[in-house]
Amino acid sequence: MGIKPERVKEILQSPQFKNLVQQRLTVSISLTIIMLVVYFGFILSIAFYKEFLSIKIGEHLTLGLPIGIGLIIFAWLLTGFYIRWANRKYDKAVRELRNEVLEN
Amino acid sequence: METIQTTLGQVNIASIIIFFLFVAVTLSITYWAAKKTKTTSEFYAADRSISGFQNGLALAGDYMSAASFLGIAGMVSLKGYDGLIYSIGFLVGWPLVMFLIAEPLRNLGKFTFADVVAYRLKQKPVRIASSVGSLMTIIFYLIAQMVGAGSLIHILFGFPYEIAIIIVGLVMIAYVLFGGMLATTWVQIIKAVLLLSGATFLVIMTLAQFGMNPISLFEYAAKKYSDAVLSPGGFVTNPWDAISLGIALILGTAGLPHILMRFFTVPDARQARKSVFVATGLIGYFYILTFFIGFGAMVLVGQNIISSFDKGGNMAALLLAESVGGQFFLGFIAAVAFATILAVVAGLTLSGASTLSHDLYVNVIKKGKTDEAGEVKVARIATLIIGTLAIFLGLVFKGQNVAFMVGLAFAIAASANFPSLLLSIIWKKFTTKGAVASIITGSGLAVILIIFSPTVWVDIFQNPEALFGLKNPAIISMTASFLIGIIVSLLSVEKDASEKYEDEKLRTYLGIGAE
Repeated sequence: MGIKPERVKEILQSPQFKNLVQQRLTVSISLTIIMLVVYFGFILSIAFYKEFLSIKIGEHLTLGLPIGIGLIIFAWLLTGFYIRWANRKYDKAVRELRNEVLEN
Repeated sequence: METIQTTLGQVNIASIIIFFLFVAVTLSITYWAAKKTKTTSEFYAADRSISGFQNGLALAGDYMSAASFLGIAGMVSLKGYDGLIYSIGFLVGWPLVMFLIAEPLRNLGKFTFADVVAYRLKQKPVRIASSVGSLMTIIFYLIAQMVGAGSLIHILFGFPYEIAIIIVGLVMIAYVLFGGMLATTWVQIIKAVLLLSGATFLVIMTLAQFGMNPISLFEYAAKKYSDAVLSPGGFVTNPWDAISLGIALILGTAGLPHILMRFFTVPDARQARKSVFVATGLIGYFYILTFFIGFGAMVLVGQNIISSFDKGGNMAALLLAESVGGQFFLGFIAAVAFATILAVVAGLTLSGASTLSHDLYVNVIKKGKTDEAGEVKVARIATLIIGTLAIFLGLVFKGQNVAFMVGLAFAIAASANFPSLLLSIIWKKFTTKGAVASIITGSGLAVILIIFSPTVWVDIFQNPEALFGLKNPAIISMTASFLIGIIVSLLSVEKDASEKYEDEKLRTYLGIGAE
């Protein structure tokens, strides 16, 4: 498979490609910000507001434990969310654009 | 004071048999892999033949070090909730690897992350700077692992420290030297499976003592000690320290050269993505297990006994294994811990060797002009150099407090490697001078500030007061690295580099031209 050089510039400037790049950046940056906010929310509550994580939810059990475990599960679910988006939407758009640039 | 019957420190037959079995199996794999390791792509990247799922397991194997297994379980057992801050911090960096780094890295790079940083910049200065950041991260990480290995094996098997270091060094060199990335990958996979199943079994046996009810385990811990073990305590007293540590942990993962290198072993960006998903799930599961192992040891073994073996609590998981599963299970977990160290140092050595041969020798000294056979030979020599260096450093740092070195490795990764990699991927105006300045600022500041910090200046050099107040420098060194990288780039416009950025997009986003 070779590249059609005359198509490269055209593709790079096409609205579809620009849209693809824009979408990817939006998704990755939004998810990054969500992860950072959630994690630093946790760190800041350890740093400045320990009482929150010490709230009792059982006889001895504190809110901190389910939050800690929840944070790990949340991080993983976030990667799951991304992969679902990427496999369904992003890859499809990538395939279409690739077919336009590559000779069969 | 509580007492306990333990065989820890005596020769454990089960442990020795399992460990030798592990070495025998992995060396046979190395023999098989050696026949398939002739070209550079085979040596550095297993010929891109690893599937996303396999690479996910191998990433987990590379990342779950003995420090996190024994160290975090120990910290939780002695400090309770505070230890969990590490468990969580070590995991949350992974989603960022996926969102920002994995796919562009796979599409743009060849064998090392410096390929990506240098992609549209001037090869020589950028490769040299990236190599400095890479090698510093790898060497500090290696020292911590080797010294940990020596002491651990000494306690576990009763071998002298020096013998332990040499055994680990030689076996690890054999994997990398003969079997390259293919053997190293399978060592990681086997180790990950062993560690995950060992830890799972340990947790099941522990929870069996509490009627399979995790809540009852936590309640017992609070009753035996105090409610404080279930709440954040005095471990993180300075809020800025907590934030700085948080930055190093969450952003450092995305700058660890031996982790980044694994993304070149899969065929394409889609598999790279899948491997992070698998790795995050496995590593997250493992860190959740450390919660139970830590609290299990706290209740069933007891804090006094744990700290009587090791002040940092590193023996907690092993003592727990003996308490719930007897001598045989202790032997199994001990062998797994040994295998864990072996696998991690092999990954680090391969990554260090690639930096020396691919980044420095081939792309700087030879300016990219070498033949296949020549480069593989150089890579093998580099493996011997890094492997021997690891043994040497392990011997030199015997008895030293090296726990801070993992933190330092993460701080450098977050401050030197991550900013330059991210900026080169997402910022059109990033320049050669900007990259070099950013890497030098980040790694230099990280090292200087950690020397002046309480961890080194007070605890090791015995000075009365630290010159720099924070235990982890990342908040300053990472911020400075980004700022300097951006400012210098804006001052030194590089027309070539920003023009190439547009063409690069075809490869970054569509994978066209990716190797």
